[in-house]
Amino acid sequence: MATDSNILDTRKYVIGGIALVIVVCYIVRLAFLQLFSSDYQDRAANNAFYRNIIYPSRGAIYDRNGELLVYNKPAYDIMVVMREVPGLDTLDFCETLGMTREQFDHRMESIKDRTKNPGFSMYTQQLFMGQIPAEEFSTFQEKMFRFRGFYIRQRTVREYSFPHLAHVLGDVGEVSQKQVEDDPYYQPGDRIGTIGVERSHEIDLRGEKGVEVLLRDANGRIQGHYQNGALDRKPVPGKNLTLSIDLKLQALGERLMEGKLGAIVAIEPKTGEVLCLVSSPTYDPRRLVGKERANLYKELGANPLKPQLNRAILGTYPPGSTFKTSQALTFMQEGIITPQTSYSCSRGFHHKGMKVGCHGHGSPLPLIPAIATSCNGYFCWGLYHMLSNRKQYDSLHEAMTTWKDYMVSMGFGYRLGIDLPSEARGMIPNADYYDSRFKKQWNPLSVISIAIGQGEVLLTPLQIANLGATIANRGYYITPHVVKDVQDCALPDSMTQRHYTLTDTAYYHFVVDGMRRAVTGGTCRAANTTMYEVCGKTGTAQNPHGQDHSAFMGFAPMNDPQIAICVYVENGGFGATFGVPIGALMMEQYINGQLSDASEAKATAMQHRHISYEARTGREQRRAEKKNHAERPEQ
Amino acid sequence: MQKDPNNKGIFLSLDWLTIGFYLIFVVWGWFSVCGASYDVAHPDVFGFGSNSGKQLMWIGTAVALGGALLFIEKRFYDTSAYFIYALLMLLLVVTIFIAPDTKGSRSWIPLGSIKLQPAEFSKFAVALALGKYMNRYGFSLDKPKDFARIVGMILLPMLLIVCQKETGSALVYLAFFLVLYREGMTGSLLFTAFACVVYFVVGIRYGDDTMEQMPVSVGEFAVLLIAQLFTTGMTWVYSQNRLALQIMFYGGVGTSLLAILFSAYVIPFNVCYVLLGICLLQFAYLVGLAIHHRLYRYALIAAFSLLSTSFFYIADTMLQHLDDHQRVRIEILLGKKEDIRGAGYNVNQAKIAIGSGGMHGKGFLNGTQTKLKYVPEQDTDFIFCTVGEEEGFVGSAAVLIFYLFFIWRLIALAERQPDTFGRVYGYCVCCIFLFHLFVNIGMVLGLTPVIGIPLPFFSYGGSSLWGFTILLFIFLRMDAERNLKRK
Repeated sequence: MATDSNILDTRKYVIGGIALVIVVCYIVRLAFLQLFSSDYQDRAANNAFYRNIIYPSRGAIYDRNGELLVYNKPAYDIMVVMREVPGLDTLDFCETLGMTREQFDHRMESIKDRTKNPGFSMYTQQLFMGQIPAEEFSTFQEKMFRFRGFYIRQRTVREYSFPHLAHVLGDVGEVSQKQVEDDPYYQPGDRIGTIGVERSHEIDLRGEKGVEVLLRDANGRIQGHYQNGALDRKPVPGKNLTLSIDLKLQALGERLMEGKLGAIVAIEPKTGEVLCLVSSPTYDPRRLVGKERANLYKELGANPLKPQLNRAILGTYPPGSTFKTSQALTFMQEGIITPQTSYSCSRGFHHKGMKVGCHGHGSPLPLIPAIATSCNGYFCWGLYHMLSNRKQYDSLHEAMTTWKDYMVSMGFGYRLGIDLPSEARGMIPNADYYDSRFKKQWNPLSVISIAIGQGEVLLTPLQIANLGATIANRGYYITPHVVKDVQDCALPDSMTQRHYTLTDTAYYHFVVDGMRRAVTGGTCRAANTTMYEVCGKTGTAQNPHGQDHSAFMGFAPMNDPQIAICVYVENGGFGATFGVPIGALMMEQYINGQLSDASEAKATAMQHRHISYEARTGREQRRAEKKNHAERPEQ
Repeated sequence: MQKDPNNKGIFLSLDWLTIGFYLIFVVWGWFSVCGASYDVAHPDVFGFGSNSGKQLMWIGTAVALGGALLFIEKRFYDTSAYFIYALLMLLLVVTIFIAPDTKGSRSWIPLGSIKLQPAEFSKFAVALALGKYMNRYGFSLDKPKDFARIVGMILLPMLLIVCQKETGSALVYLAFFLVLYREGMTGSLLFTAFACVVYFVVGIRYGDDTMEQMPVSVGEFAVLLIAQLFTTGMTWVYSQNRLALQIMFYGGVGTSLLAILFSAYVIPFNVCYVLLGICLLQFAYLVGLAIHHRLYRYALIAAFSLLSTSFFYIADTMLQHLDDHQRVRIEILLGKKEDIRGAGYNVNQAKIAIGSGGMHGKGFLNGTQTKLKYVPEQDTDFIFCTVGEEEGFVGSAAVLIFYLFFIWRLIALAERQPDTFGRVYGYCVCCIFLFHLFVNIGMVLGLTPVIGIPLPFFSYGGSSLWGFTILLFIFLRMDAERNLKRK
């Protein structure tokens, strides 16, 4: 038995060894859990920390004269804690909120449904009814002490003071899933600017959310601040914006554009500040809040004239004769013409079978009268000579590229960079474009209509107004912008820098003279006034869809320009018909601060001169019907 | 209590190291209970209204009880071991009938404002009875009668506690088999138990996975291959028959591997049939050897072979017949199912709490997971979470290492006992602590099934603290008497 006993003695090592193996295994496991996996820390934080977000107030928006345009108004969310609800006088509750018993039951059911409301807990506040305006809320508040389990959460909604400026002000809405994914600042349910300055200045307006880090137990009950609030952060209120818009000017513009499609853009040439940005048709931004909101969006979506489209920066139109000023500047700088160069015009441009018509005026004409009378032939000859000049340019391609560079330097063909979302860039054709369009079979004559702002050339009303500002400044422009001032912040350099064009200031004086002559004795006579010297240029743009568009580009006063303007009225006929009178009234309003009685009467008459767009609405309707018809068989 | 003339000598020869461990654990445990039961809204660690306050009282009484136990001579236990055993068995029986239903279990007897759990106290009684019986002259575990009685003494309290619906506490008595191993029970039994656990875990975990491009269940294949290897290994250890070994190894394992290669590269077929056939051939061969050599040993190995072969199929069938919640628990443990809100909630939250502790922990009373009640049973069975969260890897590894040294110390003490009674009792104490450590921390770490047994000295609760104190201090007194001549 001695050996047997010895064998048994060694078994203490087996038992001791088992203990060792167990402890070693557990320590290895502990190391994995605690040292090599950060996952558990995050999950613990998710468990225990409830981050209560405190929303800052959104910045207010003022016009250039300090008129309050957009501000915040308190609204109330009614919250419910399910566990505390039993014993509620449901009848009284429903009556107070003006809902039926069925609606109440349905709402309570959908709160409890975790598939619809993943964050549901019996112990925490759940949203029962959102954004109740203060008026409706007061009756509820009086009775609140009777409704156990119901709480109030204060929120704010936007409120608009005036029925104007809808396109510029924009709108706020709930963040999209994509925005939440792209920017960690946002959480589902947050509000974000969707259009207008609310969108482009979202970061200034929104401020910084605050947070309270609260401890939450396994039942979802709050047990106090984590580390006594050491990690809490106060919200930073949003910054107030001052727009460069003059509300009175904007209001007049919207009034004058009633019943017409189009846009008015006015710019202060010295600063690039946009004084008004009218897009017609428009809508009343006051309807963006409360119960009207849904109706408004329904109407806007159904309207074939697309009132949501901001035509001032998104509409691209042939600039017509307003474009001739840019041609004059280009030809002079390139030495193709001098101000004394005359071209003959026999009711148009006739060359090698190409014909561009013109109206009756004296012939031949030098540059200044050509601008004043808006002679088509003059500018067609100019472009023809530029593009055909093989001494100066090795090829047509090179000549075309030079021309394009001038246009781009004036802010055409690319976005100007206004501080509003989704600006259109318009269209300036270049040699490559024609190469592919005409399969390289093109010559100066095939593109001649671009000299008079027709053909492939498309500009936004903003770009046309900016051309006016550039001429008013005699050679440079500042990127147009609608926000004049952000509280406690300097404007970015991009909004104060001068952009010089390729043409020297000296040549601009001739174009200014031409535009002055157009007002004193040319196409813009209706804009002439004794109060200040107006310069202007009409535009009558042919377009494939019916009546010509009526355009006006101008600035005043001539030697100390305060306002440069573009008026563009779709299907308005001659530039002198709508463009000039509207432009004249706008300039008077801005420079004098008010309209004279006579002008007021003109304004009222203009307000009531509507253009019929039946052809267009009819077309839209037919298109919609056709679409419906086409879709039906698939259903 | 009699006056003992040797008391003075006793205190000199007491093992103060073990008492030191005991005090460290108890104090450490109290801080953990403070962390676990701390109420953020009502911070009051000493008040009698909180568990930490109550635990302070339990600790005080336990230390007093331990001190008192040091005055009771070993002779007393020697004479009254069976009486104590019988008394506690009776108490366990009575408990089944008088205990009120608390969460499905009938194991708590209310005494005024406190509740006691007799199952926690019966361990020392069984240990004493085992020691006493095995101390008998001529006792041998090799005698079937002796072995059967010993096993009976262990199974009786298990059965009674299962009747109280406290299966977890009943399983603790399995620890005594480790003591039997020390006292001469063949290691093959422990190995068989170990093999069964391996078969079960491997078989069930991978039972539903199939091998790439072969209609073969990974679990079934692995279990049968392991069974062949284990059987061959048993033959190697328990017989010196080289020929038999070679036949079994090359014929069995070799053929199995050839079969799987054939299936993988030539014609895919279910290799498990081949492996099953080989297992049965091995069994038949061993039976043949047993008859031929008339050696009992071969018959035992044959029995092991048969058990191994059939275990997977039996376990699989049994699992299908288990209650849903039990099967789900097993499947979650084996990682076959993820169920974070349901049955896996406890373990998942425990892992989060421990994992979030990091290297140094969040500091005393700073644990968020335990404080905010994310971990259920956090001051009793899941107390180790609090250690893990608040004291981090450093603290929790230290607890484990302290426990290891504590157990090693107990082994050393048991080994130095002059008689079988003392040694068996010492090993019983040691193995019970080992089993609790293994299961309790294993479940918190997600390595063993969730069996509700406390971590000695750490978990909140008077019954368990008293039970472990009694268990330990009786042994300490015995150990202190080791140098005295027996009367």
